[in-house]
Amino acid sequence: MSETILVGTRKGVFTLKRGTSGWKIADVHFRGVPASIVTWDPRDRTMYAALGHGHFGVKMHRSSDDGKTWTEFKAPAYPELPSEEQAKGVPVLHLVWELVPGGADEPGTLWCGTVPGGLFKSTNRGDTWTFVRSLWDDPLRKQWFGGGMERPGIHSISVHPKNSKHVALAVSCGGAWVTKDGGETWTIQAKGMRAGFMPPDQAENPAIQDIHRMAMCPANPEVLWAQNHDSMYHSGDGAKTWQELKDVKPSNFGFAVVAHPTDEKTAWFVPAEVDAKRVPVDGKVVVTRTRDGGQTFETLREGLPQEHAYDIVFRHCLDVDETGARLAFGSTTGSFWISENGGDAWQTVSNHLPPVYCVRFVK
Amino acid sequence: MAKVVFTKNLREHIACPETSAPGATVREVLDAVFASNDLLRGYVVDERGALRQHMNVFVDGANVRDRVKLSDPVETDSEIYVMQALSGG
Repeated sequence: MSETILVGTRKGVFTLKRGTSGWKIADVHFRGVPASIVTWDPRDRTMYAALGHGHFGVKMHRSSDDGKTWTEFKAPAYPELPSEEQAKGVPVLHLVWELVPGGADEPGTLWCGTVPGGLFKSTNRGDTWTFVRSLWDDPLRKQWFGGGMERPGIHSISVHPKNSKHVALAVSCGGAWVTKDGGETWTIQAKGMRAGFMPPDQAENPAIQDIHRMAMCPANPEVLWAQNHDSMYHSGDGAKTWQELKDVKPSNFGFAVVAHPTDEKTAWFVPAEVDAKRVPVDGKVVVTRTRDGGQTFETLREGLPQEHAYDIVFRHCLDVDETGARLAFGSTTGSFWISENGGDAWQTVSNHLPPVYCVRFVK
Repeated sequence: MAKVVFTKNLREHIACPETSAPGATVREVLDAVFASNDLLRGYVVDERGALRQHMNVFVDGANVRDRVKLSDPVETDSEIYVMQALSGG
């Protein structure tokens, strides 16, 4: 089981480690600097951090020695685009919103999702980046718009564990997209999703769905889970069609979802009340878990605050280790919890971290 | 050659000692500095070359007017200060 967790926050990157007396904050890197995404690459045991300096822009760093030393490398850069693309402002990198390793058979390959909507690929650990023009140039991409951000962003990227050329990603707001040829061509796959914030004739338009987070099950990549702006969804056919998971208690609204690594029927979500009131339902922090493919959900609350809690858990802030037993999540108000038993009970690691942006097990 | 000084807050993140560089505009001077320090470029301007939203550049005490092309003129004895804005932290 994983003994280390990387945590990106508004004020630095933290490493949490499990010692003989339990989980502790072991280190802080880039103290005071916002870190939008942290990533662990198991292929070459490298830590990555995407920093979003308030003044100096997005910066990328990596460490090959467990965080002892970090090397800066160039951030992805938007190419010059035709003038009609600039009607809403010249596209420049605003935020790295996802960074994931490619497949096991392509060491050094990274996929990077960004705001304002560009996808980038590197085949050399980020030394150089290629703007994935095929997705940007898709006519449906022009329908994307910003949800939580002013402009659209790619926030979830999953690489098929047995076919590195098969990649699924999700956009807020822009639906789910799949490539099976390493990014040469893309297909939008959001059939079945519904956006209640749109006029009725646009509610089922795949290209505007506000997916908050999408997770592929490593054990069966045909199974995907999505937390959308309005509700939660399950796909059993590789994202071609989605089924809504209705009336989940205490709420269908939230940001985060993770898939169990070995059990295709199990996933976890962290609910909040509703889009217009982004607080835990009744002031109680809970995790919801399904173990039957989304038919039913349990509400997990042991060890979590059950009164006057206002913690919101952002989309990258819930993670599960490679066994499915250990889970961790962090909140906007700096609380951090870990479960060692699949979410049945939780222990508090801290209530005083900066706002948490990203949680990733080192596995 | 114009003198170029970077805010000490930037020096916490990347090497950018006081230097001097040739050029008739802010763009030319800064490009001359960035030529030997490519990562530094991205801290000051975005990938289109425009001054980052929360950065300021002063030439002889005056805030540059052209934040996109950095075309403000520079004299051979000018002092250029690359500062961060009060906003944006």
